[in-house]
Amino acid sequence: MNSKTMLYIGKRILLAVFTVWVVITVTFFVMHAVPGGPFVGEKATTPAVQAAMEAKYGLDKPLMEQYGTYLKDIVTKFDFGPSLKQRGRQVIDIISDGMKTSLKLGLIAAVLSAIVGIVLGAVAALRRNKLIDRVIMVITTAFVSMPSFIMGSLLLALFAIKLKILPANGATPAGLILPIVTLALYPMAYITRLTRSSMLDVLGQDYIRTARAKGVSGGKIIFGHAMKNSLIPVLTYFGPMLAYIVTGSLVVEQIFAVPGIGRQFVSSITNRDYPMIMGTTIILAALIVIMNLVTDILYKVVDPRITLE
Amino acid sequence: MKKKRFTFHVDLDMFNPASEKDKEYMVQMRESSTFFKDGVKRLYKNKIAFVSFLVIVIIAVSSIVIPAFWPYSYENQLGVQPGKPVDASYNNLKPFEYGRTEQMKIDGGEKVFPHLFGTDSAGRDYFIRVVYGTRVSLAVGLFASIIVLIIGTLIGSISGYFGGKVDLIIMRIVDIIYSLPDMLMVILLSAVFKLTLTPVIAGTPLEKIGANIISLFLVFALLYWVSMSRLIRGQILSLREQEYVLSAQATGAKGSWIIRKHLIPNCISVVIISAALQIPSAIFTESYLSFLGLGVNAPMPSLGSLASEALNGLSSYPYRLVIPAVVISLIVLSLNLFGDGLRDAFDPKLNN
Repeated sequence: MNSKTMLYIGKRILLAVFTVWVVITVTFFVMHAVPGGPFVGEKATTPAVQAAMEAKYGLDKPLMEQYGTYLKDIVTKFDFGPSLKQRGRQVIDIISDGMKTSLKLGLIAAVLSAIVGIVLGAVAALRRNKLIDRVIMVITTAFVSMPSFIMGSLLLALFAIKLKILPANGATPAGLILPIVTLALYPMAYITRLTRSSMLDVLGQDYIRTARAKGVSGGKIIFGHAMKNSLIPVLTYFGPMLAYIVTGSLVVEQIFAVPGIGRQFVSSITNRDYPMIMGTTIILAALIVIMNLVTDILYKVVDPRITLE
Repeated sequence: MKKKRFTFHVDLDMFNPASEKDKEYMVQMRESSTFFKDGVKRLYKNKIAFVSFLVIVIIAVSSIVIPAFWPYSYENQLGVQPGKPVDASYNNLKPFEYGRTEQMKIDGGEKVFPHLFGTDSAGRDYFIRVVYGTRVSLAVGLFASIIVLIIGTLIGSISGYFGGKVDLIIMRIVDIIYSLPDMLMVILLSAVFKLTLTPVIAGTPLEKIGANIISLFLVFALLYWVSMSRLIRGQILSLREQEYVLSAQATGAKGSWIIRKHLIPNCISVVIISAALQIPSAIFTESYLSFLGLGVNAPMPSLGSLASEALNGLSSYPYRLVIPAVVISLIVLSLNLFGDGLRDAFDPKLNN
């Protein structure tokens, strides 16, 4: 790694940190701009009780002071304050509870879609314009134009209700199959298309022709020569894929009743649990930003031909 | 004529000057073709894009025309008549079933318009709800992409044309917005705008559209212009080095004039293509938000909210999910394919 690469990485890290700060700030001020405050609409509150509650959660202080405390707590203690609706629990605890399920779900979906997508893409590229290529392309085109919630609902209707071979409730291990498949299908289709086109691109290059001319076998050309280079564009998709899986899990967890962070987030929006909304947004956003950062850096490090700006 | 020996006996009459009539025969007149006409011709030849275009037109036209003459409306609960108790026999009708009073009319020899897709749990004709939901989803997609188009073009062209500090500042802002996770921000902002806007727009004509849809537009206006403006900036950066811009500057044209008359017309094809590709993504976002309960206001349907409502009765009425699912996938698929076709037809540089 030369100094230019280091400079680029440093710049990208700075931008990522700055972005997370922007997310925290926007989330904080946007949530505090909502009229009414979090305790309006609570049962049996008098103004005195409301004032006491606001004092307890520090909501009576000036906005800038609240912002300072909030930011300081996050940076120094990784503390997002208490939840307003699940009394006595800290936001960070609820999030880390939900994260366990969601991470498992998301990681399996990501790995699954990467493996299946790359294999299908390579097959389609090798059998270009043959029947199997056509079939793969039609199916992936259909998957790419279907929103995740539609996909999830249809899978639920088919496998859990009509055929009754898989449980609809995502709280059990077997119940995680459907949500994982739902989450994996779109990225899988996307990776297939990406791999196919970049593989075709690579197979047309001179060094592949040279290898063929030297008499290298077909399998060795694919796995030894073409695969590595054709996976570089696929690598760039990992950041967006994570973003997709995170937002997709919001609805997928809703559909299959998976006790993960996405479900917590959606219910905190309907409950107006402000610290929960803020905490979840910030953590998920930070996750996506970090993943994008890693993807970007990896991309530049893996392929030295790419010029750094 | 005297024969000349060394001319190979060529008939010299063949070398007479051509008459006007002969000349006309040689001239091939073709209508001059513009960039736009060429593109349309190429688009017409692309079968997939053409079929997708037809599908979009058919869906769009029927979603506008059908509600005008359909005997039922999307909000009318058929079982609820003023002054009478609610007639529950109208709720959850299967396709081509009739409510109690309708059945009596049929038995009496009258004709009753069938409920093609049955009714929903509140006794509303489901076919017209799907049609109306399609209209809402399409309209939201179209308006959102127009908003993105206008803001993106404006900021992108300013940034690209003026360059320097203006460009630097705008591009840093674009970088930051670009790296924000858009869906999370959309959810957060829609949740907040919904709460903030509801009292503001109460009593105004905007109330009918609903705070959710307005906040969706606001979110698009705030976040989604960045990729469009990046694209336009890139185009303008290369275009402004052209000689005709220099000549316009030399004759004293102002910046706004050059942007409007020279730069925008020259990058219009790129702009239109990316706007066309923006529509399906806006429809995606709207249906996603509707599914989470942050979309259109009830009783107004959108394809996302219809699918979301269908989840409750999924085991008994799976077709209520399948119908909006098919429509939304069809719309998104054909818009994407059409957008790809547009790009191939109007961006010949890409083919090289």
